Amino acid sequence: MRHVVRELVRGAVDSLVLLGRYARFVARLLAETPRALLRFGLVVEQVYKSGALSLVIIMLSGLFVGMVLGLQGFDLLERFGSEESLGTAAALGLVKELGPVVAALLFAGRAGTALASELGLMRATDQLSAMEMMAVDPVRRVVMPRFLGGVVAMPLLAGIFSMIGIFGAQLVGVQMMGVDSGQFWSQMQGAVERGDVMEGVVKSCVFGVACSAIAVYEGYHSVPTAEGVGRATTRTVVISSVMVLLLDYMLTAVMM
Amino acid sequence: MPQAGSEPKDSCVVRVRGLRYAVGGREIFSALDLDVERGSVTAIMGPSGTGKTTLLRLITGQLIADAGEVTVAGQEVRLLGRVGLYALRRRMGMLFQNGALLSDLDVYENVAFPLREHTRLPEPLIRNIVLTKLHAVGLRGAARLMTYELSGGMARRVALARAIVMDPEILIYDEPFVGLDPISLGVVLRLIRELNDALGITSIVVSHDVREISAVADRAYLLSGGRVAASGRPASLLESESGEVRQFMKGLPDGPVPFHYPAPDYAEQLLGGGPT
Ligand SMILES: Nc1ncnc2c1ncn2[C@@H]1O[C@H](COP(=O)(O)OP(=O)(O)OP(=O)(O)O)[C@@H](O)[C@H]1O
Ligand SMILES: [Mg+2]
Repeated sequence: MRHVVRELVRGAVDSLVLLGRYARFVARLLAETPRALLRFGLVVEQVYKSGALSLVIIMLSGLFVGMVLGLQGFDLLERFGSEESLGTAAALGLVKELGPVVAALLFAGRAGTALASELGLMRATDQLSAMEMMAVDPVRRVVMPRFLGGVVAMPLLAGIFSMIGIFGAQLVGVQMMGVDSGQFWSQMQGAVERGDVMEGVVKSCVFGVACSAIAVYEGYHSVPTAEGVGRATTRTVVISSVMVLLLDYMLTAVMM
Repeated sequence: MPQAGSEPKDSCVVRVRGLRYAVGGREIFSALDLDVERGSVTAIMGPSGTGKTTLLRLITGQLIADAGEVTVAGQEVRLLGRVGLYALRRRMGMLFQNGALLSDLDVYENVAFPLREHTRLPEPLIRNIVLTKLHAVGLRGAARLMTYELSGGMARRVALARAIVMDPEILIYDEPFVGLDPISLGVVLRLIRELNDALGITSIVVSHDVREISAVADRAYLLSGGRVAASGRPASLLESESGEVRQFMKGLPDGPVPFHYPAPDYAEQLLGGGPT
């Protein structure tokens, strides 16, 4: 029993220490941001890399999530005889919640792992040391563009996810289940407010910072071996996923 | 920022005094002294695991000594802040043991990398410099290959081209001959000497290849057991009477230099079943 408590305490302390390290690292990244934006080409390249990498998976998942929402939403709303609200329900669910969260989880799995393993491999093959020897700061040259690329790509991906999701819900609700098309869109237009969209945007921005920072942190600090790089990618997915869900709850509670 | 000329006119570019460095509880250097003359080729030899790469990392400020002093171009490395260290490193080139080329760039961009980061030269000039350096290592034709398309030896030569692209004052080579065929080896050997003589570069070469390095080095240090076992002109080392030096230079398995990493008694460990 005492053993269990000790393990729990150690686990909690370890998590806090890790959280502190992340906070310090993110502070450093944010401090470097203005400077890194000056080399905009490098950032754009990474937006393209992170964004394009995840685009297919984001679009496919968005479509399916939207279609499921269409089915489930229709089933639920039909019981209250208000199937026309399907558009509103799907749009709110996607824009405020599912878009940012699911897109962030997919982003962590696709782009996050790619970032972590790329940086880990650069560390393992002395590329980062070589840069330091060439008097080039690897945080500035390698880490920052990748971090910012992720930060910019994430809200865009979440937006695309939500849009395609709404299209999927419309596909199922209107085309298959026969909800009135005019009702579907006009109710959505009437009920969804600017604040709802802002909530989604804020969430996806925060998730973008969190996922990108975790990926570059884990990759940059990975143990320079094949095993270390593997562990860095795994940790990226696990920690990002937990962080996204945790942050999602906190943000939702704050913005209610 | 150090001004050129404000430095003491010292014939020693790298001076190491009483260096102590331990990692993981094991002392790698106990009290190491070493000098590198300006404009010379200095060889650092020693059995695998004696800490040659570690010594280079200490000289370049990637690692900081536990005690003792490491002075490069008149500046003590431990006292330099990040800015000073970077300024110093812009005057050095280093060839890593495995090349360490940037994997997301092709050969041309790898060699151009330091120029793009540190200068604002116009593109045609960059192109000329890069092609000249690639030509010097015989890989001008490989300019557009990606790094994964290179063999180990080619990667090392590209890394050499990158190391000299900023015309450094000090060039540091970590095991430049491993994995090179006899022709490239000859080219690299000649290149080390030529760069040294033509451009007045100071070179530090780490190598196990006694014969090759003896041919180009002005002075050689033989490290063993955390200290300098012998130093002097390579020829004089080859003729040394000391058992330790003879063993290494002639490649004999038995002698004072242990072939084994420190370990408990062999028989005891096998029979006693103690911890490994
Ligand atoms: N990060 C580290 N942690 C623990 N020990 C280390 C570490 N790096 C190096 N060592 C130890 O330091 C010693 C010297 O390593 P180093 O790489 O400098 O050897 P070397 O002389 O360059 O060998 P080689 O000729 O094989 O390249 C080795 O015995 C190694 O075990
Ligand atoms: Mg080595």
